[in-house]
Amino acid sequence: MQAEVKIGDPEVKHAQQSEFVSFTVAGQAFCLKITQIREIRRWSPVTILPHAPVDVLGVMNLRGAVIPIYDLSARFGLQQTEASERNVVIVVAVHGKPVGLLAESVSEIISINPEDIQDTPQVDSRHTMEYIQGIISHDDTMVRIINLDAVISAPEQGLS
Amino acid sequence: MSGSIQDTFFEECEELLEAMDEGLTAIEGGDHDSEIVNAVFRAVHSIKGGAGAFGLDELVAFAHKFETVFDEVRSNKLQLNTKLIQLLLRCSDHLADLVSVARDGGSTDEEHHDVLIAGLEEYLDEEEEDLTFEPMGLGGPSVPLPLAMETEKTYQIRFQPLKEMFGTGNEPFFLFQALSDLGALRVELDETELPGFDAMSMDESYLAWNMTLVSTEPKSSVEAVFEFVEGLCELSITSDKDAEEDAAALAALNAAFGMSGDSAEVDLPSPFDAPALAEVAPMAMTEAVERVETVKSESGKSEQRGPNPTLRVDLERVDRLINAVGELIINHSMLAQQIANLDVADLRDVETELEGFKNLARDIQEGVMSIRAQPVKPLFQRMARIVREASAATQKTAKLVTEGENTEVDKTVIERLSDPLTHILRNAVDHGIEKPEDREAAGKSRVGEIRLSASHRSGSVCIEIRDDGAGVNRPRVKQIAIEKGLIPENAELTDGEIDNLLFLPGFSTAKEVSNLSGRGVGMDVVKNAVTALGGRINITSHPGKGSTFTIILPLTLAVMDGMVVSVADQTMVVPITSIIETMRGSDDMINSLGADGMLLSIRGNFVPICDVAGALGLRKPNGDQPPGVYLLVETETGQRSALAVDDIHDQRQVVIKSLDGVCGNIPGVAAATILGDGKIAMILDPESILAAGPSSTSFDSERRMSNAS
Repeated sequence: MQAEVKIGDPEVKHAQQSEFVSFTVAGQAFCLKITQIREIRRWSPVTILPHAPVDVLGVMNLRGAVIPIYDLSARFGLQQTEASERNVVIVVAVHGKPVGLLAESVSEIISINPEDIQDTPQVDSRHTMEYIQGIISHDDTMVRIINLDAVISAPEQGLS
Repeated sequence: MSGSIQDTFFEECEELLEAMDEGLTAIEGGDHDSEIVNAVFRAVHSIKGGAGAFGLDELVAFAHKFETVFDEVRSNKLQLNTKLIQLLLRCSDHLADLVSVARDGGSTDEEHHDVLIAGLEEYLDEEEEDLTFEPMGLGGPSVPLPLAMETEKTYQIRFQPLKEMFGTGNEPFFLFQALSDLGALRVELDETELPGFDAMSMDESYLAWNMTLVSTEPKSSVEAVFEFVEGLCELSITSDKDAEEDAAALAALNAAFGMSGDSAEVDLPSPFDAPALAEVAPMAMTEAVERVETVKSESGKSEQRGPNPTLRVDLERVDRLINAVGELIINHSMLAQQIANLDVADLRDVETELEGFKNLARDIQEGVMSIRAQPVKPLFQRMARIVREASAATQKTAKLVTEGENTEVDKTVIERLSDPLTHILRNAVDHGIEKPEDREAAGKSRVGEIRLSASHRSGSVCIEIRDDGAGVNRPRVKQIAIEKGLIPENAELTDGEIDNLLFLPGFSTAKEVSNLSGRGVGMDVVKNAVTALGGRINITSHPGKGSTFTIILPLTLAVMDGMVVSVADQTMVVPITSIIETMRGSDDMINSLGADGMLLSIRGNFVPICDVAGALGLRKPNGDQPPGVYLLVETETGQRSALAVDDIHDQRQVVIKSLDGVCGNIPGVAAATILGDGKIAMILDPESILAAGPSSTSFDSERRMSNAS
């Protein structure tokens, strides 16, 4: 496969690249593959769920569907986000269900060659290892690629 | 779902089994009308036909035996008596089992199967030699061919199809073919009634055939060929043993029907050569071919009662439609709210139109909801079988009387009601109905009666199971409850309270563990199932006269009447069905009891107060909130409590949105709904709020409150 690719062919190069949407959560840069994202909405107050853990903000009405909203920051063990109008909710589909993720702000769309993705270095936290799929160096900053399936486990376990 | 022909077959089987059950029940009730017998026969026959096509040998073999016995009944060779009817009923149950085994896999009780086969064979004087079955063709019935040799007879057959026959997809050619299998057949086409080309109507049937059949078969076999076009054609069959009479009859027949000399002769097996046939009914034919999947069952039924035209739709499609309509209604209220907020001087016209829009949306909603609604009849019919089996297993005699079979209930409710009903009915036979001797001694009829009725009662469905048995043995129930430690020994209980002990988990009164009930699964399971449907169950009992179980269910699972309240700045909905009374409280109505117990005094009665916000962990319990508004609710056990909320806003219909898959089970919350402003509100479950009590869950919501407001 690889051998047949003509070097310098822009089309092929483009096909190899994947696009990521980068955003900030608690001051850190994260990103998700653009194909995982359904839409990005401005934050609006949610309906809180009784007895919910701190990283579950509540539920929101997405065109008639009730979707849960997670505070990514709290989920990553960082401080809880003080949600405001400036914040965004990134709607993704996990396990076939729409889920909203609260992030501080969305930064940009970046194109990355697969070989530029570095493995997550070994760190102590098991959660970090699970949640971060890999890291990218982009404009001298480190962007963390989120492993969505690990961050949002099966819906039933969302509340424990 | 749809797609494979086999699925269609099984769907049809369901309908056929239903028709068969219905017929047998009528026969059991003493109605031996030949039409009903025929209907049952046809149902069994059609199942056999379809099963043969799919190579379901066991099913075919059993259906064949069943059918053969029924054929005897039909031709009055067998008299219907109680014993035979019971056997037939058990066979029909077994046939239903075989169908479901063929569909879902698994196995049936072979011993039972053999017993029934043996039972059926008792009624068959001659050994059936022909068990193989050929799949039915397009409307061509298959006829079991007895091999007995008889003398040859000549039959004169005059066959004139009505236009309805083509409408049901029957094809004369196959009839002729079936006839020619019986012996030498000569067919003549009579086209005398064919009008001129201008006057001809495309879907009218003008043709008739005169046939001469020389065969050794008895007349009944010849008639059997026309079995499936009965009522769809004009038919006369005359048999003559000698040629002279034959000729005379033919002449008479010709004279009678005004047959002209120049009748066209048609040679078998190519009646399609007859251009007239192709010309007369081309439209009917194409239509028939398209509908061929369904006609088999329909043509069988149509003779008995005109079937309502029905449409089979994937349930998922209906659900999508229901969801969309729910959105439409939410959308309407959002729109109305937006318009009301607009700073426009004259909104009257807009509001009128908006009102019209609202009414239309409601109409659509009601219409769509009624699609999901189904009569409880099939469910009740299945229950007759449960009673039958239960009484057979307990050597009791009981019959099931059903009422209000046409009451329509949401499909999901019907599906999920099957298990609880089964359980209650088994219990009624096992524990309720006494043994025949005991019944006689008590001056009752030997046959116990269980009455299963359904009715609509002010927005809910009421299902009642009433038996005329012994009633609840209260001393014994109380004793068991004490033995099992469910109630203290010195408990003073009212009769009603004792009856309701039956619903406690792990309660079983059966002295010996019988085959039917008493396997550790008690009435509590029934209660849970009913509660899960948003319903309630109650029991009343009169010693010596019987017990009545009453199940009250919501009409639909998708929409509910709710009271919109606010709790800790959150808007929430409380189901109206659970609220008895609402009131505004004042300080002097609240009484402390113990460290943090609070009682509300209502007209001299004291009921415990449950702070909803506290129970949901939204606010510190018993904070210094002003005395708010109280909703008086009653739990399943009949205990009353006052739910304290901040305010009541409105009472309205809300569309229920399940939280399944969104988050796990939240104590106190049943589901969610979307309000007019597009916000989500939790629908509370008073029962579980009270069960949770003023929770001590950590006071973790301050942050989220700030997010949410």
